[in-house]
Amino acid sequence: MKRWNSYFAPFILIFSFFVSWQVVAMIIAMPFILPTPLQVIAKVWDLKDILFLVHLPATLMIIVTGLALSIILGVGLAVWMNLSKTAEKAFYPILVSSQTIPIIALAPIFVLWFGYSIWSKVAVTLLITFFPITVSTFDGLRSSSKELKELLLTMGASKRDIFFKLNVPTALPYFYSGLKVAVTLSVIGAAIGEWLGAQSGLGYFSRRMMTQFDGAGVFAPIVLLSAVGISLFLAVVVLEKITLKWRKSE
Amino acid sequence: MSKASLQFENVSFSYENGHEEKEILNTLSFDVQNGEFVSIIGPSGSGKSTIFKLITGLNQPANGEIFINETNYSNRLGKVGYMPQQDLLMPWRTIIENAALPLEIQGMKKREAYDKVRELLVEFGLNGVEHKYPSELSGGMKQRISFLRTVLSGSNVLLLDEPFSSLDAITRLSMQEWLLTQWQKLKLSILFITHDVDEALFLSDRIFVFTESPVRKFVEVNVPLERPREIRDIHTPAVIEVKEQLIEQLRMGSTQ
Repeated sequence: MKRWNSYFAPFILIFSFFVSWQVVAMIIAMPFILPTPLQVIAKVWDLKDILFLVHLPATLMIIVTGLALSIILGVGLAVWMNLSKTAEKAFYPILVSSQTIPIIALAPIFVLWFGYSIWSKVAVTLLITFFPITVSTFDGLRSSSKELKELLLTMGASKRDIFFKLNVPTALPYFYSGLKVAVTLSVIGAAIGEWLGAQSGLGYFSRRMMTQFDGAGVFAPIVLLSAVGISLFLAVVVLEKITLKWRKSE
Repeated sequence: MSKASLQFENVSFSYENGHEEKEILNTLSFDVQNGEFVSIIGPSGSGKSTIFKLITGLNQPANGEIFINETNYSNRLGKVGYMPQQDLLMPWRTIIENAALPLEIQGMKKREAYDKVRELLVEFGLNGVEHKYPSELSGGMKQRISFLRTVLSGSNVLLLDEPFSSLDAITRLSMQEWLLTQWQKLKLSILFITHDVDEALFLSDRIFVFTESPVRKFVEVNVPLERPREIRDIHTPAVIEVKEQLIEQLRMGSTQ
Protein backbone atom coordinates (compact mmCIF):
# COMPACT_ATOMS: atom_id res chain seq x y z
CA MET A 1 0.00 0.00 0.00
CA LYS A 2 2.78 2.36 0.96
CA ARG A 3 4.72 1.46 -2.16
CA TRP A 4 1.69 2.20 -4.33
CA ASN A 5 1.26 5.55 -2.56
CA SER A 6 4.83 6.57 -3.22
CA TYR A 7 4.30 6.11 -6.97
CA PHE A 8 0.85 7.62 -6.98
CA ALA A 9 1.81 11.24 -6.32
CA PRO A 10 4.45 11.59 -9.06
CA PHE A 11 2.19 9.74 -11.50
CA ILE A 12 -0.69 12.15 -10.92
CA LEU A 13 1.64 15.12 -11.21
CA ILE A 14 3.18 13.99 -14.51
CA PHE A 15 -0.16 12.94 -15.89
CA SER A 16 -1.77 16.31 -15.15
CA PHE A 17 1.30 18.05 -16.60
CA PHE A 18 0.87 16.23 -19.92
CA VAL A 19 -2.87 16.77 -19.94
CA SER A 20 -2.46 20.54 -19.46
CA TRP A 21 0.26 20.58 -22.12
CA GLN A 22 -2.07 18.78 -24.51
CA VAL A 23 -4.94 21.19 -23.78
CA VAL A 24 -2.82 24.36 -24.00
CA ALA A 25 -1.15 23.21 -27.23
CA MET A 26 -4.53 22.42 -28.76
CA ILE A 27 -5.80 25.90 -27.82
CA ILE A 28 -2.74 27.64 -29.30
CA ALA A 29 -2.95 25.34 -32.32
CA MET A 30 0.48 26.23 -33.74
CA PRO A 31 2.23 22.84 -33.85
CA PHE A 32 5.49 24.30 -35.24
CA ILE A 33 5.86 26.26 -31.97
CA LEU A 34 4.22 23.97 -29.44
CA PRO A 35 3.28 20.47 -30.57
CA THR A 36 1.00 18.37 -28.37
CA PRO A 37 2.46 15.36 -26.54
CA LEU A 38 0.38 13.06 -28.73
CA GLN A 39 1.84 14.64 -31.86
CA VAL A 40 5.35 14.13 -30.44
CA ILE A 41 4.66 10.46 -29.80
CA ALA A 42 3.22 10.05 -33.27
CA LYS A 43 6.35 11.68 -34.65
CA VAL A 44 8.62 9.28 -32.73
CA TRP A 45 6.67 6.44 -34.30
CA ASP A 46 6.85 7.96 -37.80
CA LEU A 47 10.59 8.51 -37.58
CA LYS A 48 11.35 5.34 -35.66
CA ASP A 49 13.71 3.89 -38.26
CA ILE A 50 15.96 6.89 -38.65
CA LEU A 51 15.79 7.84 -34.96
CA PHE A 52 16.55 4.42 -33.52
CA LEU A 53 18.89 3.07 -36.17
CA VAL A 54 20.92 6.14 -37.16
CA HIS A 55 20.77 8.96 -34.65
CA LEU A 56 20.38 7.10 -31.37
CA PRO A 57 23.44 4.86 -31.97
CA ALA A 58 25.50 7.91 -32.96
CA THR A 59 24.61 9.74 -29.75
CA LEU A 60 25.05 6.64 -27.59
CA MET A 61 28.53 6.18 -29.04
CA ILE A 62 29.47 9.72 -27.96
CA ILE A 63 27.98 9.28 -24.49
CA VAL A 64 29.63 5.92 -23.84
CA THR A 65 33.05 7.02 -25.15
CA GLY A 66 32.88 10.31 -23.27
CA LEU A 67 31.81 8.67 -20.01
CA ALA A 68 34.40 5.91 -20.27
CA LEU A 69 37.22 8.40 -20.83
CA SER A 70 35.83 10.58 -18.07
CA ILE A 71 35.81 7.69 -15.58
CA ILE A 72 39.33 6.58 -16.49
CA LEU A 73 40.80 10.07 -16.37
CA GLY A 74 38.69 11.27 -13.44
CA VAL A 75 39.38 8.28 -11.18
CA GLY A 76 43.03 8.33 -12.25
CA LEU A 77 43.41 11.98 -11.36
CA ALA A 78 41.55 11.51 -8.07
CA VAL A 79 43.90 8.66 -7.09
CA TRP A 80 46.93 10.70 -8.08
CA MET A 81 45.75 13.71 -6.06
CA ASN A 82 45.12 11.39 -3.12
CA LEU A 83 48.65 9.95 -3.28
CA SER A 84 50.49 13.19 -3.82
CA LYS A 85 49.92 16.49 -2.05
CA THR A 86 51.78 18.24 -4.87
CA ALA A 87 49.43 16.81 -7.49
CA GLU A 88 46.46 17.91 -5.38
CA LYS A 89 47.79 21.46 -5.10
CA ALA A 90 48.57 21.60 -8.82
CA PHE A 91 45.37 20.12 -10.23
CA TYR A 92 42.60 21.06 -7.84
CA PRO A 93 42.47 24.78 -8.79
CA ILE A 94 42.60 23.89 -12.49
CA LEU A 95 39.81 21.39 -11.99
CA VAL A 96 37.58 23.96 -10.32
CA SER A 97 38.36 26.70 -12.84
CA SER A 98 37.60 24.31 -15.71
CA GLN A 99 34.02 24.33 -14.46
CA THR A 100 33.74 28.11 -14.70
CA ILE A 101 34.33 28.01 -18.46
CA PRO A 102 31.02 28.19 -20.33
CA ILE A 103 31.22 24.97 -22.26
CA ILE A 104 28.76 26.05 -24.94
CA ALA A 105 31.19 28.84 -25.78
CA LEU A 106 34.05 26.39 -25.96
CA ALA A 107 32.31 23.76 -28.09
CA PRO A 108 32.80 25.56 -31.46
CA ILE A 109 36.56 25.51 -30.78
CA PHE A 110 36.41 21.74 -30.37
CA VAL A 111 34.69 21.58 -33.73
CA LEU A 112 37.59 23.59 -35.17
CA TRP A 113 40.11 21.24 -33.58
CA PHE A 114 38.47 17.89 -34.18
CA GLY A 115 36.20 18.71 -37.11
CA TYR A 116 32.83 17.01 -37.47
CA SER A 117 34.28 13.73 -36.18
CA ILE A 118 32.99 12.07 -33.02
CA TRP A 119 35.88 13.53 -31.01
CA SER A 120 34.59 17.10 -30.89
CA LYS A 121 31.43 15.83 -29.22
CA VAL A 122 33.33 13.45 -26.95
CA ALA A 123 35.48 16.39 -25.82
CA VAL A 124 32.39 18.36 -24.75
CA THR A 125 30.96 15.33 -22.93
CA LEU A 126 34.29 14.65 -21.24
CA LEU A 127 34.69 18.23 -20.07
CA ILE A 128 31.21 18.33 -18.61
CA THR A 129 31.31 14.93 -16.82
CA PHE A 130 34.91 14.94 -15.65
CA PHE A 131 34.37 17.28 -12.71
CA PRO A 132 31.71 15.42 -10.68
CA ILE A 133 33.53 12.11 -11.07
CA THR A 134 36.93 13.45 -10.05
CA VAL A 135 35.76 15.55 -7.13
CA SER A 136 33.49 12.92 -5.62
CA THR A 137 36.07 10.14 -5.96
CA PHE A 138 38.76 12.37 -4.48
CA ASP A 139 36.55 13.31 -1.53
CA GLY A 140 35.71 9.63 -1.04
CA LEU A 141 39.33 8.57 -0.96
CA ARG A 142 40.06 11.31 1.54
CA SER A 143 37.23 10.44 3.89
CA SER A 144 38.46 7.04 5.11
CA SER A 145 38.60 6.56 8.87
CA LYS A 146 41.88 7.44 10.57
CA GLU A 147 41.23 4.88 13.32
CA LEU A 148 40.78 2.08 10.80
CA LYS A 149 43.99 3.12 9.07
CA GLU A 150 45.87 2.91 12.36
CA LEU A 151 44.32 -0.47 13.10
CA LEU A 152 45.45 -1.77 9.70
CA LEU A 153 48.94 -0.41 10.37
CA THR A 154 49.11 -2.29 13.67
CA MET A 155 48.33 -5.45 11.68
CA GLY A 156 51.40 -4.72 9.58
CA ALA A 157 49.54 -3.41 6.52
CA SER A 158 51.46 -1.88 3.63
CA LYS A 159 50.45 1.32 1.82
CA ARG A 160 48.99 -0.87 -0.89
CA ASP A 161 46.86 -2.81 1.63
CA ILE A 162 45.53 0.44 3.07
CA PHE A 163 44.68 1.77 -0.37
CA PHE A 164 42.84 -1.31 -1.61
CA LYS A 165 41.31 -2.58 1.62
CA LEU A 166 40.37 0.77 3.15
CA ASN A 167 40.47 3.75 0.78
CA VAL A 168 38.85 2.11 -2.25
CA PRO A 169 35.83 0.60 -0.42
CA THR A 170 35.33 3.90 1.43
CA ALA A 171 35.41 5.88 -1.82
CA LEU A 172 33.04 3.62 -3.76
CA PRO A 173 29.72 5.13 -2.57
CA TYR A 174 31.10 8.62 -3.27
CA PHE A 175 32.16 7.51 -6.74
CA TYR A 176 28.63 6.33 -7.50
CA SER A 177 27.16 9.66 -6.39
CA GLY A 178 29.52 11.43 -8.78
CA LEU A 179 28.69 8.98 -11.55
CA LYS A 180 24.96 9.59 -11.14
CA VAL A 181 25.48 13.29 -11.72
CA ALA A 182 27.87 12.56 -14.58
CA VAL A 183 25.56 10.25 -16.58
CA THR A 184 22.77 12.80 -16.66
CA LEU A 185 25.23 15.53 -17.65
CA SER A 186 26.72 13.30 -20.35
CA VAL A 187 23.43 13.41 -22.28
CA ILE A 188 23.48 17.20 -22.17
CA GLY A 189 27.13 17.25 -23.23
CA ALA A 190 26.51 15.01 -26.22
CA ALA A 191 23.48 17.03 -27.31
CA ILE A 192 25.32 20.36 -27.06
CA GLY A 193 28.21 18.91 -29.05
CA GLU A 194 25.87 17.69 -31.77
CA TRP A 195 24.02 20.97 -31.91
CA LEU A 196 27.17 22.81 -32.80
CA GLY A 197 28.59 20.53 -35.40
CA ALA A 198 27.59 17.04 -36.40
CA GLN A 199 26.23 15.00 -39.28
CA SER A 200 24.19 12.62 -37.14
CA GLY A 201 22.95 12.20 -33.62
CA LEU A 202 19.79 13.13 -31.72
CA GLY A 203 20.96 16.68 -30.95
CA TYR A 204 21.81 17.27 -34.58
CA PHE A 205 18.46 15.85 -35.72
CA SER A 206 16.51 18.02 -33.30
CA ARG A 207 18.23 21.12 -34.63
CA ARG A 208 17.62 20.16 -38.22
CA MET A 209 13.91 19.77 -37.50
CA MET A 210 13.90 23.24 -36.01
CA THR A 211 15.12 24.76 -39.27
CA GLN A 212 12.19 23.00 -40.93
CA PHE A 213 9.69 24.40 -38.39
CA ASP A 214 8.74 20.86 -37.44
CA GLY A 215 7.80 21.29 -33.77
CA ALA A 216 7.03 17.65 -33.11
CA GLY A 217 10.26 16.72 -34.92
CA VAL A 218 12.23 18.90 -32.49
CA PHE A 219 10.68 17.20 -29.49
CA ALA A 220 10.85 13.62 -30.73
CA PRO A 221 14.67 13.23 -30.39
CA ILE A 222 14.54 15.13 -27.08
CA VAL A 223 12.19 12.46 -25.74
CA LEU A 224 14.76 9.85 -26.70
CA LEU A 225 17.65 11.86 -25.15
CA SER A 226 15.75 12.09 -21.92
CA ALA A 227 15.00 8.36 -22.00
CA VAL A 228 18.73 7.67 -22.49
CA GLY A 229 19.57 9.86 -19.48
CA ILE A 230 17.00 8.12 -17.28
CA SER A 231 18.14 4.63 -18.36
CA LEU A 232 21.79 5.45 -17.66
CA PHE A 233 20.87 6.79 -14.25
CA LEU A 234 18.87 3.65 -13.43
CA ALA A 235 21.76 1.50 -14.64
CA VAL A 236 24.07 3.20 -12.14
CA VAL A 237 21.50 2.71 -9.36
CA VAL A 238 21.30 -1.01 -10.16
CA LEU A 239 25.09 -1.31 -10.27
CA GLU A 240 25.28 0.47 -6.94
CA LYS A 241 22.74 -1.88 -5.37
CA ILE A 242 24.67 -4.93 -6.58
CA THR A 243 28.13 -3.81 -5.52
CA LEU A 244 27.17 -2.14 -2.25
CA LYS A 245 25.05 -4.91 -0.79
CA TRP A 246 26.11 -4.02 2.75
CA ARG A 247 24.30 -0.69 2.57
CA LYS A 248 20.91 -2.37 2.45
CA SER A 249 21.40 -3.77 5.91
CA GLU A 250 22.23 -0.37 7.41
CA MET B 1 60.87 -19.98 34.22
CA SER B 2 58.56 -17.18 33.32
CA LYS B 3 59.48 -15.09 30.34
CA ALA B 4 58.51 -11.51 29.73
CA SER B 5 56.08 -11.08 26.83
CA LEU B 6 56.39 -7.37 26.98
CA GLN B 7 59.02 -5.14 28.50
CA PHE B 8 59.59 -1.38 28.70
CA GLU B 9 63.09 -0.24 29.65
CA ASN B 10 63.52 3.42 30.55
CA VAL B 11 61.08 4.54 27.88
CA SER B 12 60.50 8.28 27.44
CA PHE B 13 57.99 9.87 25.14
CA SER B 14 56.59 13.35 24.51
CA TYR B 15 53.86 14.66 22.27
CA GLU B 16 54.50 17.69 20.18
CA ASN B 17 51.48 19.90 20.37
CA GLY B 18 52.18 22.81 18.03
CA HIS B 19 55.45 24.17 19.38
CA GLU B 20 54.67 23.02 22.88
CA GLU B 21 56.02 19.67 24.00
CA LYS B 22 54.08 17.60 26.50
CA GLU B 23 56.02 14.91 28.27
CA ILE B 24 53.97 11.75 28.81
CA LEU B 25 56.46 9.09 29.85
CA ASN B 26 59.75 9.66 31.59
CA THR B 27 62.13 6.67 31.81
CA LEU B 28 59.27 4.28 32.47
CA SER B 29 60.02 0.60 32.98
CA PHE B 30 57.57 -2.29 33.42
CA ASP B 31 56.98 -5.79 32.16
CA VAL B 32 54.17 -8.23 31.45
CA GLN B 33 55.00 -11.88 32.00
CA ASN B 34 54.03 -14.67 29.65
CA GLY B 35 50.39 -15.65 30.22
CA GLU B 36 49.75 -12.73 32.53
CA PHE B 37 46.69 -10.47 32.55
CA VAL B 38 47.67 -6.92 33.45
CA SER B 39 45.39 -3.87 33.57
CA ILE B 40 46.38 -0.25 33.28
CA ILE B 41 44.13 2.14 35.10
CA GLY B 42 44.26 5.90 35.28
CA PRO B 43 42.38 9.11 34.67
CA SER B 44 41.52 9.93 31.06
CA GLY B 45 44.14 11.92 29.22
CA SER B 46 46.90 10.46 31.39
CA GLY B 47 48.57 8.69 28.47
CA LYS B 48 47.22 5.15 28.70
CA SER B 49 46.60 4.99 24.98
CA THR B 50 50.06 6.44 24.33
CA ILE B 51 51.57 3.29 25.81
CA PHE B 52 49.58 1.21 23.30
CA LYS B 53 50.66 3.37 20.39
CA LEU B 54 54.26 2.85 21.46
CA ILE B 55 53.89 -0.92 21.79
CA THR B 56 52.11 -1.35 18.44
CA GLY B 57 54.78 0.75 16.73
CA LEU B 58 52.50 3.59 15.63
CA ASN B 59 54.73 5.88 17.70
CA GLN B 60 58.42 5.59 18.48
CA PRO B 61 59.88 6.30 21.94
CA ALA B 62 62.26 9.24 22.25
CA ASN B 63 64.47 7.14 24.51
CA GLY B 64 64.56 3.64 25.91
CA GLU B 65 63.73 0.22 24.56
CA ILE B 66 60.60 -1.86 24.06
CA PHE B 67 60.86 -5.65 23.97
CA ILE B 68 58.18 -7.93 22.60
CA ASN B 69 58.79 -11.57 23.50
CA GLU B 70 62.31 -10.51 24.48
CA THR B 71 63.08 -9.09 21.06
CA ASN B 72 63.72 -5.42 20.36
CA TYR B 73 62.16 -5.04 16.89
CA SER B 74 63.08 -2.00 14.84
CA ASN B 75 59.59 -2.12 13.32
CA ARG B 76 56.94 -3.30 15.76
CA LEU B 77 53.98 -2.89 13.37
CA GLY B 78 52.22 -6.23 13.03
CA LYS B 79 53.95 -7.81 16.06
CA VAL B 80 51.13 -7.59 18.60
CA GLY B 81 47.35 -7.83 18.44
CA TYR B 82 45.57 -4.54 19.13
CA MET B 83 41.88 -4.24 19.91
CA PRO B 84 40.59 -0.66 19.79
CA GLN B 85 37.88 0.94 21.91
CA GLN B 86 35.30 0.99 19.12
CA ASP B 87 34.92 -2.33 17.34
CA LEU B 88 36.15 -0.77 14.03
CA LEU B 89 34.68 -3.52 11.89
CA MET B 90 34.52 -2.54 8.24
CA PRO B 91 30.83 -2.04 7.37
CA TRP B 92 31.37 -3.26 3.79
CA ARG B 93 32.85 -6.59 4.85
CA THR B 94 30.93 -9.56 6.21
CA ILE B 95 31.94 -10.97 9.58
CA ILE B 96 34.15 -13.65 8.09
CA GLU B 97 35.84 -11.11 5.80
CA ASN B 98 36.38 -8.75 8.71
CA ALA B 99 37.89 -11.41 10.93
CA ALA B 100 40.17 -12.64 8.15
CA LEU B 101 41.68 -9.17 7.67
CA PRO B 102 44.90 -9.68 9.66
CA LEU B 103 45.49 -13.03 7.92
CA GLU B 104 44.92 -11.41 4.52
CA ILE B 105 47.47 -8.73 5.36
CA GLN B 106 49.97 -11.39 6.37
CA GLY B 107 49.53 -12.77 2.86
CA MET B 108 47.51 -15.90 3.63
CA LYS B 109 45.35 -17.36 0.85
CA LYS B 110 41.68 -16.46 1.14
CA ARG B 111 40.37 -20.01 1.49
CA GLU B 112 42.92 -20.93 4.10
CA ALA B 113 42.18 -17.73 6.03
CA TYR B 114 38.42 -18.35 5.96
CA ASP B 115 38.91 -21.93 7.20
CA LYS B 116 40.91 -20.59 10.11
CA VAL B 117 38.30 -17.96 10.91
CA ARG B 118 35.50 -20.55 10.79
CA GLU B 119 37.41 -22.77 13.19
CA LEU B 120 37.75 -19.93 15.71
CA LEU B 121 34.13 -18.83 15.25
CA VAL B 122 33.02 -22.30 16.31
CA GLU B 123 35.47 -22.34 19.20
CA PHE B 124 34.23 -18.94 20.40
CA GLY B 125 30.60 -20.06 20.06
CA LEU B 126 29.92 -17.53 17.32
CA ASN B 127 29.04 -19.74 14.37
CA GLY B 128 26.13 -18.73 12.18
CA VAL B 129 27.06 -15.08 11.83
CA GLU B 130 29.89 -15.35 9.31
CA HIS B 131 27.92 -14.01 6.34
CA LYS B 132 26.20 -11.20 8.20
CA TYR B 133 27.30 -7.59 8.04
CA PRO B 134 28.47 -5.81 11.23
CA SER B 135 25.40 -3.54 11.21
CA GLU B 136 23.23 -6.62 11.75
CA LEU B 137 24.95 -7.55 15.03
CA SER B 138 24.58 -6.29 18.61
CA GLY B 139 27.30 -4.29 20.34
CA GLY B 140 28.47 -7.27 22.39
CA MET B 141 28.66 -9.50 19.31
CA LYS B 142 30.67 -6.90 17.41
CA GLN B 143 33.17 -6.71 20.26
CA ARG B 144 33.51 -10.50 20.24
CA ILE B 145 34.26 -10.42 16.52
CA SER B 146 36.70 -7.58 17.08
CA PHE B 147 38.43 -9.68 19.76
CA LEU B 148 38.49 -12.69 17.44
CA ARG B 149 40.13 -10.54 14.77
CA THR B 150 42.71 -9.44 17.35
CA VAL B 151 43.45 -13.07 18.26
CA LEU B 152 43.89 -13.88 14.56
CA SER B 153 46.77 -11.41 14.38
CA GLY B 154 48.60 -14.49 15.61
CA SER B 155 50.50 -12.76 18.39
CA ASN B 156 50.53 -14.06 21.97
CA VAL B 157 50.52 -10.44 23.18
CA LEU B 158 47.18 -8.65 23.01
CA LEU B 159 46.50 -5.01 23.83
CA LEU B 160 42.88 -4.24 24.64
CA ASP B 161 41.92 -0.57 24.87
CA GLU B 162 38.75 -0.17 26.97
CA PRO B 163 36.99 -2.71 24.77
CA PHE B 164 33.83 -2.96 26.87
CA SER B 165 33.34 0.69 27.81
CA SER B 166 30.47 1.23 25.37
CA LEU B 167 28.48 -1.84 26.44
CA ASP B 168 25.68 -2.00 28.98
CA ALA B 169 26.41 -3.43 32.44
CA ILE B 170 24.93 -6.91 31.86
CA THR B 171 26.58 -7.41 28.48
CA ARG B 172 29.84 -6.12 29.89
CA LEU B 173 29.81 -8.68 32.70
CA SER B 174 29.22 -11.60 30.35
CA MET B 175 31.93 -10.25 28.02
CA GLN B 176 34.39 -10.11 30.93
CA GLU B 177 33.70 -13.73 31.84
CA TRP B 178 33.93 -14.72 28.17
CA LEU B 179 37.25 -12.89 27.80
CA LEU B 180 38.75 -14.69 30.81
CA THR B 181 37.73 -18.06 29.35
CA GLN B 182 39.35 -17.28 26.00
CA TRP B 183 42.45 -15.88 27.66
CA GLN B 184 43.00 -19.06 29.67
CA LYS B 185 42.23 -21.34 26.76
CA LEU B 186 44.57 -19.56 24.35
CA LYS B 187 47.34 -18.83 26.90
CA LEU B 188 47.63 -15.18 25.97
CA SER B 189 49.41 -12.27 27.58
CA ILE B 190 46.98 -9.38 27.85
CA LEU B 191 47.52 -5.73 28.63
CA PHE B 192 44.12 -4.18 29.27
CA ILE B 193 43.29 -0.48 29.56
CA THR B 194 40.27 0.46 31.63
CA HIS B 195 38.99 3.23 33.85
CA ASP B 196 36.72 0.86 35.75
CA VAL B 197 38.30 -0.31 39.03
CA ASP B 198 35.93 -3.29 39.42
CA GLU B 199 36.68 -4.47 35.90
CA ALA B 200 40.43 -4.29 36.54
CA LEU B 201 40.10 -6.21 39.81
CA PHE B 202 37.95 -8.95 38.33
CA LEU B 203 40.15 -9.54 35.29
CA SER B 204 43.76 -8.92 36.23
CA ASP B 205 46.69 -10.54 37.96
CA ARG B 206 48.34 -7.17 38.41
CA ILE B 207 47.12 -3.59 38.04
CA PHE B 208 49.28 -0.64 37.03
CA VAL B 209 48.04 2.74 38.24
CA PHE B 210 48.85 6.07 36.64
CA THR B 211 49.41 8.46 39.51
CA GLU B 212 51.70 11.11 38.08
CA SER B 213 52.24 13.01 34.88
CA PRO B 214 54.66 12.49 33.23
CA VAL B 215 54.87 8.88 34.39
CA ARG B 216 58.16 7.72 35.90
CA LYS B 217 56.86 4.63 37.62
CA PHE B 218 53.51 2.89 37.88
CA VAL B 219 52.07 2.10 41.26
CA GLU B 220 51.69 -1.65 41.04
CA VAL B 221 48.95 -3.61 42.77
CA ASN B 222 48.62 -7.39 42.97
CA VAL B 223 45.06 -8.70 42.95
CA PRO B 224 44.66 -11.14 45.85
CA LEU B 225 42.43 -13.61 44.03
CA GLU B 226 42.86 -17.14 42.73
CA ARG B 227 41.64 -18.38 39.37
CA PRO B 228 39.11 -19.30 38.12
CA ARG B 229 37.18 -16.37 39.51
CA GLU B 230 33.58 -15.44 39.81
CA ILE B 231 32.22 -11.94 39.81
CA ARG B 232 31.17 -12.11 43.47
CA ASP B 233 34.80 -12.78 44.47
CA ILE B 234 35.57 -9.09 44.11
CA HIS B 235 33.44 -8.45 47.19
CA THR B 236 35.75 -10.38 49.56
CA PRO B 237 37.37 -8.20 52.25
CA ALA B 238 40.92 -8.55 50.88
CA VAL B 239 39.82 -7.29 47.46
CA ILE B 240 37.76 -4.47 48.91
CA GLU B 241 40.82 -3.30 50.78
CA VAL B 242 42.83 -3.26 47.55
CA LYS B 243 39.99 -1.44 45.82
CA GLU B 244 39.96 1.31 48.43
CA GLN B 245 43.70 1.62 48.11
CA LEU B 246 43.37 1.92 44.31
CA ILE B 247 40.69 4.59 44.48
CA GLU B 248 42.77 6.54 46.98
CA GLN B 249 45.74 6.48 44.62
CA LEU B 250 43.67 7.48 41.62
CA ARG B 251 42.21 10.37 43.58
CA MET B 252 45.68 11.56 44.60
CA GLY B 253 46.79 11.32 40.98
CA SER B 254 43.93 13.40 39.68
CA THR B 255 44.33 16.18 42.23
CA GLN B 256 48.00 16.59 41.48
